[in-house]
Amino acid sequence: MTLLSLSGVSFAYAAGKTVLHGIDLAVRDGGNLGIVGESGSGKTTLLKLLLGLERASAGTVSFRGAPLDARDRGFMLGFRRSVQAVFQDPYSSLDPRQRVSDIVAEPLRSLKIGTDIAEAVAQALRDVDLPPDAAGRYPHEFSGGQRQRIAIARAIVARPALIVADEVVSALDLTTRTRIIDLMRALSTRTTFVVVSHDIALVALLCERLVVLEKGRIVEEGATREILARPSHPYTQRLLASTPRMPARG
Amino acid sequence: MSTLLSVENLEIRTAGRVLVSGVSFSITAGERVGLIGESGSGKSLTALAVLGLLPDSMRASGSVLMDGRQIVGARDRDLVPLRGRSVAAVFQEPMTALDPLMRIGGQVGEVVRRRAARDGRKPGRAEVDAQVTALLERVALPEPGRVARAFPHEISGGQRQRAAIAMALACRPKLLIADEPTTALDVTTQAEILKLMEGLVRDEGMGLLFISHDLPVVATVAERALVMRRGELIEEGAVEPLFDRPAHPYTEGLVAAARAFDAALETAP
Repeated sequence: MTLLSLSGVSFAYAAGKTVLHGIDLAVRDGGNLGIVGESGSGKTTLLKLLLGLERASAGTVSFRGAPLDARDRGFMLGFRRSVQAVFQDPYSSLDPRQRVSDIVAEPLRSLKIGTDIAEAVAQALRDVDLPPDAAGRYPHEFSGGQRQRIAIARAIVARPALIVADEVVSALDLTTRTRIIDLMRALSTRTTFVVVSHDIALVALLCERLVVLEKGRIVEEGATREILARPSHPYTQRLLASTPRMPARG
Repeated sequence: MSTLLSVENLEIRTAGRVLVSGVSFSITAGERVGLIGESGSGKSLTALAVLGLLPDSMRASGSVLMDGRQIVGARDRDLVPLRGRSVAAVFQEPMTALDPLMRIGGQVGEVVRRRAARDGRKPGRAEVDAQVTALLERVALPEPGRVARAFPHEISGGQRQRAAIAMALACRPKLLIADEPTTALDVTTQAEILKLMEGLVRDEGMGLLFISHDLPVVATVAERALVMRRGELIEEGAVEPLFDRPAHPYTEGLVAAARAFDAALETAP
């Protein structure tokens, strides 16, 4: 079923400065969706709209078929329980003064989810392959990759239907990157990811469906394999041609 | 080919900790070398040691011969004539490399004037302006006149990196050190900057030390690559055989990870 959808959505930060134009987009249960775009494409604004952090200037953002309505607190609580986020910078997205157990438990507390908090946190840490003793430690004791695991544990602890992942591996080393991608793939069996990135290869590794954004417009969308095999828009073609590759094996 | 840079048994320490040890390599005139490493590998420190720009809290030992002059242990004063003439650098973040309060033309012009002063000349304003325009054209900046009058925040990230490259070129160095020069840029911009750098280095006959964590990027610009890990140089060789048959398990892991990303873009149905 359709979890989140945007219908004819436009967004302007100021009059005359429209950054998104007539976006139609559906995020369905099962099957990750990738959103690829470079700087100025509007992907960050689109992400904020998907998370309900900004309101569309025109058009509708719907969750499970009903338009998001900031005044309907019960509805918004249900929305927030279902949609979580992981951000790019593992150094700034975790509160340095909180223990990992409190960081990971935060959605359970703020979303008033009645559950055994200690057990849910322990399970989330197991799910992201962090040792149980991580719970009592502070973010600065962890490497960048481990911090991103903590951020993912926080995103999955409330068992959301959808996780919006914004450039989650961009700040990580190549080998760490591969391990986080493997983790996200494993978690994809129980939650849907919207992967927002400038990196088309990353999106190709994680997502069945792909949307290409350029200057606030969707220029191409469809099955990832189809788009990679036959990119129809010149911008997608340029993006693919610009992505550096390894030299061919001799 | 004559040796431009020769690093022998370089060690960098701080407060009793060894950050880089036993690093030896050389670059001949006009050679393009990639230095690959992940965070904490010591690749950027090695570059700073070559430039004689290590922070005061760090000590280098061993030998770094740049254009025949010893960098390790040299007084900063003695290194000034070397910088620019022998070696120039471009860094990751062009916004921090440029003075935010000075127009691009002024910044490039300053380098032009200093370079001329070293040759004992004092060019007039018209000559400096002409050289600035020529340099901005050389790095394929559109509307060089407009860019010269712009402040750094008024142009895009890719244009800023082009301006930083123009400043490095103004020095006419024998070796260009580029430390992750395209990491902060969009892929389409990255492709343009890599093409530009490769062409410039070739045309000017400059040596290039290109530092990056990104193997495919290194493969586009370098002929030979060095791999660093935890402060040590673990492997080196010509790019294609190195990526084809890496000898060290760590390099093998990096190559496998990079190939996995490539494979994701391959779509044999």
